[in-house]
Amino acid sequence: MARQDNCCCGQEAFAALSPVLEQYGTVPGSLITILQRAQDIYGYLSAESIRYIAGRTGIPAAKIYGVATFYTQFRLQPVGKHLIMLCKGTACHVNGADRIEEAITEELGITDGETTEDGMFTLNNVACLGCCSLAPVMMIRTGEGEETYGNLTGDTVRAILRDIRAKEGQV
Amino acid sequence: MRVVVGQGSCGIATGARKTADAFTRLIGEKGLSSVCVDLTGCVGACYLEPIVDIYGDDGALQVRYVRVQPGNAAAIVERHLAGGEIVEELAISPEDARFLKQQKRIVLQNCGVINPERIEDYRAAGGYEAAKKAITALTPIQVIEEIRTSGLRGRGGAGFPTWFKWNAARQSQAGQKYMVCNADEGDPGAFMDRSVLEGDPHSVLEGMLIGGYAIGASQGVIYVRAEYPLAIKRLEIAMEQAREEGFLGQNLFGTDFSFDIRIKAGAGAFVCGEETALIASLEGERGMPRLKPPFPAAKGFWQKPTNINNVETFANVPWILRNGGKAFAATGTGQSAGTKVFALAGKIQKGGLVEVPMGLPIRDVIFGIGGGIKDGKAFKAVQMGGPSGGCIPAGLADTAVDYESIPRTGAIVGSGGMIVMDEDTCMVDMARFFLDFTRKESCGKCNYCRIGTKRMLEILERITRGEGKDGDIELLEELAGKIKDGSLCGLGQTAPNPVLTTLRYFRSEYEDHIYRKKCTAHSCKALVRYEITEACKGCTLCAKHCPVGAIAGGVKERHVIDQTACIKCGKCMDSCKFAAILKD
Repeated sequence: MARQDNCCCGQEAFAALSPVLEQYGTVPGSLITILQRAQDIYGYLSAESIRYIAGRTGIPAAKIYGVATFYTQFRLQPVGKHLIMLCKGTACHVNGADRIEEAITEELGITDGETTEDGMFTLNNVACLGCCSLAPVMMIRTGEGEETYGNLTGDTVRAILRDIRAKEGQV
Repeated sequence: MRVVVGQGSCGIATGARKTADAFTRLIGEKGLSSVCVDLTGCVGACYLEPIVDIYGDDGALQVRYVRVQPGNAAAIVERHLAGGEIVEELAISPEDARFLKQQKRIVLQNCGVINPERIEDYRAAGGYEAAKKAITALTPIQVIEEIRTSGLRGRGGAGFPTWFKWNAARQSQAGQKYMVCNADEGDPGAFMDRSVLEGDPHSVLEGMLIGGYAIGASQGVIYVRAEYPLAIKRLEIAMEQAREEGFLGQNLFGTDFSFDIRIKAGAGAFVCGEETALIASLEGERGMPRLKPPFPAAKGFWQKPTNINNVETFANVPWILRNGGKAFAATGTGQSAGTKVFALAGKIQKGGLVEVPMGLPIRDVIFGIGGGIKDGKAFKAVQMGGPSGGCIPAGLADTAVDYESIPRTGAIVGSGGMIVMDEDTCMVDMARFFLDFTRKESCGKCNYCRIGTKRMLEILERITRGEGKDGDIELLEELAGKIKDGSLCGLGQTAPNPVLTTLRYFRSEYEDHIYRKKCTAHSCKALVRYEITEACKGCTLCAKHCPVGAIAGGVKERHVIDQTACIKCGKCMDSCKFAAILKD
């Protein structure tokens, strides 16, 4: 997930997105695919990127915004380096996901949807990761890939987060 | 010899990749050139992951090792692979082996057995023979007739007869038709579709191929959750291999029938499990359902006849064509033929995927296979059908799992999620949890669903906060009825089910919350009270852990909680070494 932090002026900023639009821009029904690729490239869908897609596809920006806000996968705000996806599915709920959330909030000072001030972590509650027999579960996604952690307790989740912090060199 | 490491998502989450890497490294170091390391999908015994199977040169399974962490690999390499001795302490126990033995596997027959990334493995297990037979030797009507004989019903939740849908799509006249696989597994607590896609993707492709032939479609689309990256990867590999081998593409098996499949990644919307919403999403729109008729069989994707089935439904099809519809119908009950895969999770000892003949009592699934409840607690209820289903109480555990018996309890078979709950689960809170989900996932088209679920949620939140009042239960019932009647699609029509079933079987819990301000499961924070008993030794640990300084007491003195300051976080109880803190 390569990230471009200064993509606010001019079309050159969307050079990486341009080939995607070459391929899908005129194919009917491809809007969701385009938005997924855009989010893969930039980490989120900025207002500028939505306007750029609108310009290239002829789909009104308002409609793109409508689609982007309908689906939970799309984010309109940048995310931290480590995206914590905390599973709030039924099995995780029954096995105490709320207490895991409390531990994360205590440790990082963020709640669902928020990012730490240093841009290191974002917490997103998700509906289900499909690893129900390991409940409670979270997945942490970075540019390098994703790692799933199961059978969490307040203590293990704190240890995992501190470990990541330590590896990032800012204990 | 072959060392096969189970690498479905659950296995990988418990460290299966690191285990496989450890084997590869150690086998290399030992110079065991006759041993190879291979991968397979999830066998379903998630609670035993990572699982490592050792196959002998004759291809037979020698032993299954369970919970094999990278650190255990050395023992297996030294003693078993090099020394020929079974490492008993890591081998599966007879008790755990029963978890798999008690199942009947049709859909999951290859999961955890073959390498899902190798088409040769699938073919060696009889793969693509059913498609060949259907396309070269049977007419579309004969294929549909075979499915009709089998009694196969849609496994996605609705349980609609598959042959009927196929026949309707076949009869629609159009130049282009579509065969769509719904792999947008949205029920939070169900993961059988993910497991099939990861463990046996070719079975789904073959099922779609046969279905495509039966209805006269040349294009297939798999609508799969973006949250399932491994499933997408394995599907892509499988499709590529199927094209190379001539099972997808032009003029298949030397006939004039052509069929190809592409993947469309969903973007996260529960409502897209509904057919017309899924089609809107495939077209790049907001996934909002529309009025039926016209049914997708007449007007679906791009206004062309479209048939949509669930992953598990498709995975049954090749087996039916290979073994005959009669053999399939011989399993299960009269109206519910075949098997069903369930995802056992929650407060269960042995969580995972189980495939059993339809008609087995719930008790046999939860206790016989799942080993009963975790930590010796009492079984209270099981939620079937996810947010659209209902809670079945322990008293009805003898109910048969099939399409006739389960709906009589107020729940549904659904896609197969079985969330087991114990005495510590508050049923009012469960209803609140599901309403919170459906309220968020309502697409907003129908007023009753959009606003009604929100109003119901507000009432449930109030009750769990201890602010319930007389008349709330009646209001919930009234709203539930109106939402059911006033909603266009299945999401709204079923959203009140968790509330209605918990009211039906656990009404006293609602009344306790509202009138006595008590949560008998001690789960609703606002209604619990922590007390320090005489067992307190005055070790001061709880006071140190209390984040709000609400615990007072000197060393070796019984401590006291200031109830007005207590935030009920439970940290004192967790930290107490003398079990001197009680929750009431």
